[in-house]
Amino acid sequence: MTIYSTLFYLLAVLILASTAIAVTRRNMVHAVIYLVISFFGSALLFYLFGAPLLAALEVIIYAGAIMILFLFIVMMLRMEGLEDRLFPLKQWLPAVGVCFVYGMVLVMLIVSDTTDAPPMPAAAAAPATFGQFLFQRHWLAIEIVSMLLLIALVGVLRLGRDAGGKTRPESEVAQ
Amino acid sequence: MSNWIAGFIVLMVKIAVVLGALLLSAAYLVWAERKLLGRLQVRLGPNRAGKFGLLQPIADALKMLCKEDIVPSAADRVIFLLAPAVVALTALLMFAVVPFGPPIVLWGREVPQVVSDINVALLYVFALSTLGVYGVALGGWASNSKFALLGGIRGAAQMISYELALGLSLIPVVMMAGSFSLVDIVNAQAEMPYIVFQPVAFAIFVIAAMAESKRIPFDLPEAENELGAGFHTEYSGMRFGLFFIGEYVHMQVLGALTAVFFLGGWRGPLLPGPIWLFIKIILVALIMIWIRGTLPRLRYDQLMALGWKVLIPASLVNILLTGAFLLV
Repeated sequence: MTIYSTLFYLLAVLILASTAIAVTRRNMVHAVIYLVISFFGSALLFYLFGAPLLAALEVIIYAGAIMILFLFIVMMLRMEGLEDRLFPLKQWLPAVGVCFVYGMVLVMLIVSDTTDAPPMPAAAAAPATFGQFLFQRHWLAIEIVSMLLLIALVGVLRLGRDAGGKTRPESEVAQ
Repeated sequence: MSNWIAGFIVLMVKIAVVLGALLLSAAYLVWAERKLLGRLQVRLGPNRAGKFGLLQPIADALKMLCKEDIVPSAADRVIFLLAPAVVALTALLMFAVVPFGPPIVLWGREVPQVVSDINVALLYVFALSTLGVYGVALGGWASNSKFALLGGIRGAAQMISYELALGLSLIPVVMMAGSFSLVDIVNAQAEMPYIVFQPVAFAIFVIAAMAESKRIPFDLPEAENELGAGFHTEYSGMRFGLFFIGEYVHMQVLGALTAVFFLGGWRGPLLPGPIWLFIKIILVALIMIWIRGTLPRLRYDQLMALGWKVLIPASLVNILLTGAFLLV
């Protein structure tokens, strides 16, 4: 086993373990912290595969911005009394069902793949090369995604305002 | 193998020098701040320990180390203990990509004067500065006290708002240098520092950076006369000291980043590179102390309005204009 594959399996264990802990925690803040650790693992995995730009963006956007927003909401809501209770069955069942389907697909893929093709080589790319590739080959997809984000932005603005165009008071929005 | 060992030793020496210099100057930045603030308020400032109070930082460090380390009984123990370390660690790690001079030749080997020149250095700095928020927010939450929680929530909201402006203000710099690497950005300013071409980006960056460092006029998470001491109300001893070190190291990091992005980094006439960088860092830090001594704290809604309605639109327009100029 090379040092790369050793690191890969270590990171994979870290990601899986922290994600599993994150979804089973009843304390929301702890769950958020474990999820951040999981994102960290994914970022390191990107770095290992030779994509430092994606690694940095993973930390900035997911671990930084999105999880801070989650933490912000969780801290504002102060959910108490949830910690002693276990998950209700109707939350467990769909999750287990989805996991089962994914597991089945994975097993089928591994079993059906009889070719001895070597794994794809890691495509290490400097940020500038990556950007040029993305904007030359996939500009349409990027434009569609940006359009979607713009629509979401306008939608949020619309929801955040009353019909009269007045901004609601802070306390009301928080609820 | 000997090559590898030599490289390792050089790296360790560089890290030791950078961390040592950073922590020592953080201690003396506290002294400078207290002295300057004292003069601004027509007081003397510390003057008992040593000549001009120069031994004050050492006395303070000893005091902090000897104090009892109290953990409130209702606190979330592990997070409470780790949060200050996150703040200090992320601030210290940011310095790893700051170049402090041109490459020098040692024993026939070229040694770059930077701990690590990675090609996403600028994004690395952002990633660390967003992670620093966790120390503030979680420290406030884990204390299980209303003041600390409010401070933590304010910290999280403030960081999200100003991180955006901070990032957007630097896009013109990246566009002009054509690289995320701080070494390349400094080299691109060999003829003229970017403050000449990008005064608007410079202003936005400095304001957002001051908000990031949670200092007056942006010290809402701490706000001692509303929230006790905000997110670090419940901390004592060296754990409080770590928050403190984090703040002053962060000030130096911001000084270094301002120097690298807008003031030409280590470049300057006559004096060697590290000295020029040091002068620029101290200059920015002194201006921040001066601002702290002069301006009142912003109200919370003013803080949010400034971030979202002034700084972000201004930086977007700035990106557009820079792009247009580069294209022409």
